[in-house]
Amino acid sequence: MVTAEINPPKHACPENIKRQAEFIACYVDALNITDCSTAVVRLSSIAAGFHILSCGVEPIIQMTCRDRNRIAMQSDLLGAYSLGIRNILCLSGDHQKFGNHPTAKNVYDLDSIQFIYYLNRLQTEKVFFSGEPIKEKEKVPHFFIGAVINPFADPREFQVIRLEKKIRAGAKFIQTQCIFDLEGFADFMEQAEWRGLLQKTYILAGVAPLKNYRVAQYMQNNVPGIVVPDKVINQLQRAAYPAQEGIAICVEQIKRIREMKGIQGIHIMAMGWVEAIPEIVSRAGLYPRQK
Amino acid sequence: MKKIIVAEQKPISEIASLIYDYEKILLVGCAGCVAVCLSGGEKEVEILAAALRLLRQQQNKPLEILTFVATRACAPEYLVDLDPLTKNLAVIVSLTCGVGAQYLADRYPEKWVIPAQDTKFAGGSGEHGIWEERCGLCGDCILHYTGGICPIIRCAKSMLNGPCGGAQNGKCEINTEMDCAWQLIYNRMKLLNKLDKLAEFQPAKDWSLARHGGPRKVIRKDVLIK
Repeated sequence: MVTAEINPPKHACPENIKRQAEFIACYVDALNITDCSTAVVRLSSIAAGFHILSCGVEPIIQMTCRDRNRIAMQSDLLGAYSLGIRNILCLSGDHQKFGNHPTAKNVYDLDSIQFIYYLNRLQTEKVFFSGEPIKEKEKVPHFFIGAVINPFADPREFQVIRLEKKIRAGAKFIQTQCIFDLEGFADFMEQAEWRGLLQKTYILAGVAPLKNYRVAQYMQNNVPGIVVPDKVINQLQRAAYPAQEGIAICVEQIKRIREMKGIQGIHIMAMGWVEAIPEIVSRAGLYPRQK
Repeated sequence: MKKIIVAEQKPISEIASLIYDYEKILLVGCAGCVAVCLSGGEKEVEILAAALRLLRQQQNKPLEILTFVATRACAPEYLVDLDPLTKNLAVIVSLTCGVGAQYLADRYPEKWVIPAQDTKFAGGSGEHGIWEERCGLCGDCILHYTGGICPIIRCAKSMLNGPCGGAQNGKCEINTEMDCAWQLIYNRMKLLNKLDKLAEFQPAKDWSLARHGGPRKVIRKDVLIK
């Protein structure tokens, strides 16, 4: 399985995301649409998902707990399903402090694990988050529910417990935060195996091509929860052609990650560098994709 | 650590602009929480009064200030002694917390009550000069699940089932000076050999017990006098 991620625009015109989706359509199985990532206002992930569906690309819409209470969440879930969206990634969301409205009030009525739990229950037991039965049971949505894990966040020993909680709550697939520290990730996967989690969900390992060392430094310093080892930053700094080096590092990472037990796919977070995706997928031996 | 309502004085320029049109004010402090957090007790009331008088002298617009410090401004019986001072003035400036300011407004409906204090949080001080938020006043305490550390107010996202994925070096993603509450919870639960508790699912919180259910009131029938 190969997935990638695109950011909707900071305006109301969908043409650019449609173009991006069409450009990488045959290199990915599905495409994540971020939900105002880093708390910057962007075209809604649900609307963007609808737009890329019309281009023949399978969307995975992200939904955060930051901006919606449980009423708005369910309303948007019903609406998204009615538009043909079938995959959802449930996240807590970046704090509004990082975005373009740092004085906003946040919501966090539910946390991400509660969100997964109540959505899964809605689908299996046909009840709203409150427990109220849904009358027309044949009309409840049935999303493929995903969750995120960051093996490198603190407290680090807790992350595998988080993975287990998310699976028990109903996460059918997992996309990880960007992985640069392969040994650290291998340790995490070993712990997951020891807990018997590898057979219970599909784990897609997150990778990100770094265009140059400044992007790497920016991510290390400004994106919450991302650890870019100095080794990688130095490698990019020394390279004659940093962009090519960034792609090569990413391809190598994918190859090594795919050798790990329990990896079901790769999630590419190109962060605005969508042009790199076809080359990465091809060189990693993941092309052509079977539809 | 003393648990209190923590408040901080508004900048003097802001206070001065709020009272600019008046020639006589009554400045009221409180000997409770705001005295403990050094922002609205007797000393702070007198310092602010002196500063405002000086400022207004410089502006050639003299200001008469009466001062009063209530034993507890959140209990109306302690405001009785204030009554005589409120004659012949239109404005009360409050250095009490937001609760005290409202009891002042209740008692003197014909007076204009101006807050000179920003009421911040329920917390305490483990170190002189530093106050920290400790309780979110959510109305449904869960400290027994979380090793005595409150994720509702000490986690920037009020996460109840574990950390968010943004913490690094044990610090919160939004403030590298602030401990990640879940790091603290994890450490404590590990020490108590209760990590298995953290693997349990914590259901959605009933926010109707917090302020989301509207203003709250506690009625204790056993101590009612009427």
